[in-house]
Amino acid sequence: MIRIENVSFARGGTEILRDVSLELPSGGVTAIVGPNGAGKSTLLSLIGRLQPLQAGRITVGGHAVDSTPGAELAKVLAILRQDNGVASRLRVRELVAFGRFPHSRGRLSNEDRAHVAASLAAFGLDAFAERFVETLSGGQRQRALIAMAFCQDTPCLLLDEPLNNLDMFHARDLMRRLRAAADERGRTVVAVLHDINHAAAYADRIVAMKDGRVVADGPPAELMTPETLERVFGHRIRVTTIDGRPVALHHL
Amino acid sequence: MIGRAPLALAALAALALLATAAFLALNLRGDIGFALELRGARLLALVCVGVSIATSTIVFQTVTGNRILTPSVMGLDALYGFVQIGLVFALGGLGFATLDPRMKFAGETALMTAMALALFLPMLRARLDMTLMLLSGVVLGVLLRSLSSLLARVIDPNDFAIASGASFASFNAVRGDLLAVASLMTIAACVVVWRARHVLDVLALGQDASTALGVDWRRTVAGLLALVAALVAVSTALVGPMVFVGLLVVALAERVVNTRRHAVLLPAAALTAIVVLVGGQATLQHGLGGASALAIVVEFAGGLLFLALLFAESRRR
Ligand SMILES: Nc1ncnc2c1ncn2[C@@H]1O[C@H](COP(=O)(O)OP(=O)(O)O)[C@@H](O)[C@H]1O
Ligand SMILES: [Mg+2]
Repeated sequence: MIRIENVSFARGGTEILRDVSLELPSGGVTAIVGPNGAGKSTLLSLIGRLQPLQAGRITVGGHAVDSTPGAELAKVLAILRQDNGVASRLRVRELVAFGRFPHSRGRLSNEDRAHVAASLAAFGLDAFAERFVETLSGGQRQRALIAMAFCQDTPCLLLDEPLNNLDMFHARDLMRRLRAAADERGRTVVAVLHDINHAAAYADRIVAMKDGRVVADGPPAELMTPETLERVFGHRIRVTTIDGRPVALHHL
Repeated sequence: MIGRAPLALAALAALALLATAAFLALNLRGDIGFALELRGARLLALVCVGVSIATSTIVFQTVTGNRILTPSVMGLDALYGFVQIGLVFALGGLGFATLDPRMKFAGETALMTAMALALFLPMLRARLDMTLMLLSGVVLGVLLRSLSSLLARVIDPNDFAIASGASFASFNAVRGDLLAVASLMTIAACVVVWRARHVLDVLALGQDASTALGVDWRRTVAGLLALVAALVAVSTALVGPMVFVGLLVVALAERVVNTRRHAVLLPAAALTAIVVLVGGQATLQHGLGGASALAIVVEFAGGLLFLALLFAESRRR
């Protein structure tokens, strides 16, 4: 479970997050949506203790992120960042295996190797396993980074725009895997998504952010209304229902 | 199946042994026992220097996240020279000369480590990009060198003679008096770095990725930078400043083993350094007779490589 209490964050005098409070129960997929610059990445990086907290409190599975030793936290949460420069001369298999570091400290056991192999297979990376990461296409690299985060096998998984660069097939495949991770393994998944329809189809809950605040929060059916979407994204969006699911025609 | 890395390491080890044998045996004349003792001490010094330059360069490159910067390009050995002359300035020539050389060395190393941390940690935390780091390194080097020559002018000529006597070590005038303490420091630092080899692999992914994998980036990097400073002190104290050797041996080793994994790259670069330095010195001095040009040759080759890497880097952008 992730608990965010009164978190504010400023950079160079401008407020990026303003008094954000959220409680995400264990198990389930939460999508964070919102326009560019809303503060989604900042919030995720604070949960993943990639930046120090300035005000407020965040706990993940009962561990306060600013005081729990990093090595312990790395067994509780994994985070995929939005922009990832990857060191060169690194093979895909090696990259994915880094996900096991919190458990293995670099000495891979057979169990670790099994996790790596499973992640490679799950994200269709078997054919690239021995390739250098810098020789992959953007989408293939994104899949390798996601595989690394999955491989960390933590109860909580934070993904910042995981669908970036993915083709339709792999985007759908990833969303189904996130769903399965929550349903079958009870993992808590938080993903920043730009495609509201992916969010509506696969998330249990959508949190909409704007200007550093949470402006809407609820199950997809509740959030997918023209009024709410306009409030969040700034333009009128038609919402229809196909097979009982709300679908936003945001591109029209 | 035997992978490429073990084979490459074995080949490098064989070459290093060959270089060592050549260094000891080529053109051995006169009192063989005495000559061997002399050569043995110099061999130890060269090995020490090679291993510390290779290790400090790899650790520094990993921590700063690039393949072009080395401790000496960033002005760390200029820092050592500055600390040396600064101590003469502070203590006076006589006070400096009467100190036990090992004590002096320890003091210089400690001072330099502290200054290196004070200079580089803020730079790393600010996440400067490669160009800015390189620029700050060049500026830092020039600044420290001019401060050193300013001090050299201010202190009196006798003191200056003492200071330069202490700082003009070279491949042909290895500081034998520091050999024991330098070897011990090299071994200790290498043990620590070797035990951190997996953590170094993680650090190469960058600050955020390391933090995400549970590595305490700040503490680890501070500790590793201190080790780098100590290793630079070792090599600079023994044979004087060498700017491009580290870059050369690490780039060569990386191409030979074709990986950046520290468990492989660390020994490979150390062995490459031994091959280049010991083998080069054996050929130039014992083989070709007395020529003292190893530093020049190696620095020239290293300098060319540095330019080539810079161009390759800018073309990749
Ligand atoms: N390092 C930084 N320095 C200054 N402002 C920043 C920095 N990082 C992000 N911001 C600002 O914070 C706001 C939120 O950024 P971010 O969390 O990345 O938004 P999102 O992921 O929702 O698009 C933006 O307006 C951005 O310009
Ligand atoms: Mg973002």
